[in-house]
Amino acid sequence: MLTLDVNDLKAIWLSLKLAALVTSLLLVIGTPVAWWLARTRCRFKGVVESVVALPLVLPPSVLGFYMLLAMGPNGPVGAITQALGLGLLPFTFAGLAVTSTLYSMPFVIQPIQNAFVAMGSRPLEAAATLRANPWDSFFSVALPLAKPGLITAAVIGFAHTIGEFGVVLMVGGNIPEKTRVISVQIYDHVEALEYTQAHWLSGLMVAFAFLVLLLLYGLGGGKPKVPGP
Amino acid sequence: MNGGASDGIQAAFTRSFGDFMLQVELTLPARGVTILFGGSGCGKTTLLRCVAGLEPQARGYLSVNGEVWQDDASGRFVPTHKRSIGYVLQEAALFPHLSVRQNLEFGLKRIPPGERRTSFDQAVDLLGMRPLLERSPDKLSGGEQQRAGMARALLTSPRLLLMDEPLAALDLPLKREILPYLERLHDELEIPVLYVTHSPDELARLGDTLVLLSAGRVTGQGPLPDMLGRLDALPGFVDDPGVVWETRVSSHDPAEGLTRLEFAGGGLWVPLRNGGLGSRLRCRVLPSDVSLTLARAEDTSILNILPATVLNVGGTADAGQVMVQLAIGDTPLLARITRRSLQKLDIRPGVPVFAQIKAVAFLD
Repeated sequence: MLTLDVNDLKAIWLSLKLAALVTSLLLVIGTPVAWWLARTRCRFKGVVESVVALPLVLPPSVLGFYMLLAMGPNGPVGAITQALGLGLLPFTFAGLAVTSTLYSMPFVIQPIQNAFVAMGSRPLEAAATLRANPWDSFFSVALPLAKPGLITAAVIGFAHTIGEFGVVLMVGGNIPEKTRVISVQIYDHVEALEYTQAHWLSGLMVAFAFLVLLLLYGLGGGKPKVPGP
Repeated sequence: MNGGASDGIQAAFTRSFGDFMLQVELTLPARGVTILFGGSGCGKTTLLRCVAGLEPQARGYLSVNGEVWQDDASGRFVPTHKRSIGYVLQEAALFPHLSVRQNLEFGLKRIPPGERRTSFDQAVDLLGMRPLLERSPDKLSGGEQQRAGMARALLTSPRLLLMDEPLAALDLPLKREILPYLERLHDELEIPVLYVTHSPDELARLGDTLVLLSAGRVTGQGPLPDMLGRLDALPGFVDDPGVVWETRVSSHDPAEGLTRLEFAGGGLWVPLRNGGLGSRLRCRVLPSDVSLTLARAEDTSILNILPATVLNVGGTADAGQVMVQLAIGDTPLLARITRRSLQKLDIRPGVPVFAQIKAVAFLD
């Protein structure tokens, strides 16, 4: 029988809330960036692409460390949030959301960018000859054609955020109902030698991750769509 | 349709990619089908894209029936979505996420009701789309997709129709399926059409004006019948397009199974045709179907023997054959004969001859 206590359920709820918020933010921010990267001939494209891809190769603790400094009382982000009367973001849910958004950025931007590149310029040119202005073409042609890429991006972005640990520890800490997500809760259980509960939560995570990947690989006709590494 | 001043299409473009350079200046009629003809890489598609506004880097000038769409001198550039064009590509480029009906309505919905001159039903019936409307584009054959692309373009009620090798991606049976629709468009549309092709057959069937392009330059232009009567009509093309004659049905002889056609300069007997007296019929005579005699042959099975004057003689790709350019009144005709016959009959410019026409192909 299921032996999750109320703190485990709170951690699951918090993880889901965080992942949902981060995925929404990523789709809203990532789609225009992906569009720009797919269409631009700007010579700084490579620079932007590299910055977007940095979280793929950086240890989460590095990103977390810099975000901790940036959002802290002496950091530029901290100065802005304090000026706006929002206080400081480290060790809050908002700070965790901001950092997670940065950290999952490449997992969302790359599939969307690939989808925009794959459709080529032909459908947009066709739309233009049919009197659709650029905004109209984007919403009525480009976005619908990129739908598989957008779905992949959302699923991976969500799953990746659920599975985050290093970044959370660095900027979120371990505050119940604010920053204690599933991965941190598992860590706590193991520290306290509560292996049964660690098993339950870890098992849930494995099942969840497997289902997500099955959804992407299995139902996607066998074509790998997950960006590496 | 358009009662105001219409001065046709004035176009001048310069566009370079790497070592290719398109440099053209054209004045084209306000009506009818203008064929942009040339081999691959001659710049015909680029020229069409310039007219559509899809090559913003192209420098130049463009006005269509009095409306200026591009004028670098005054910095004017009308973006593609504000140009009243219909664009049909080699592959139909239907939107796969929309049904055929939604594809057809895509452009229609985006023009104000007051500017709609072609109704949904008209376009659907003209191109035989009625039974296909609720399908998804990927459930259509190549020919059906192409017809859907044409209907979609027509439904924006364009002032100019651009067609970029609309039949090139189709195999022969599908071409045969679509050509009659294109011929109907030709007959029923009152707007100018720019039609890119490298097929002599499409050119002969559909064209009114011919523009020859080679290596990014215009190498010749003029009314199609005149252009096809030239010795160098389509340089580099082995299969002769033949001359194209616009004829009218003048009488029928059902007893003998013949129809009489009249054209400027003469008449022809052809196998019995449908079509009322006076109806127009476009036909084509291939140079290899024309032989020449100095005197009118009396004991021959050939029905159509027409007096003609030799204008010029030119070589062909085949060393043993020559192309003789003839005029029947004002109507041009080409004959492909052997070099030996040329010398035996002593055919030179100015010589009167009789042209024996063995076969006539109909294009409508």
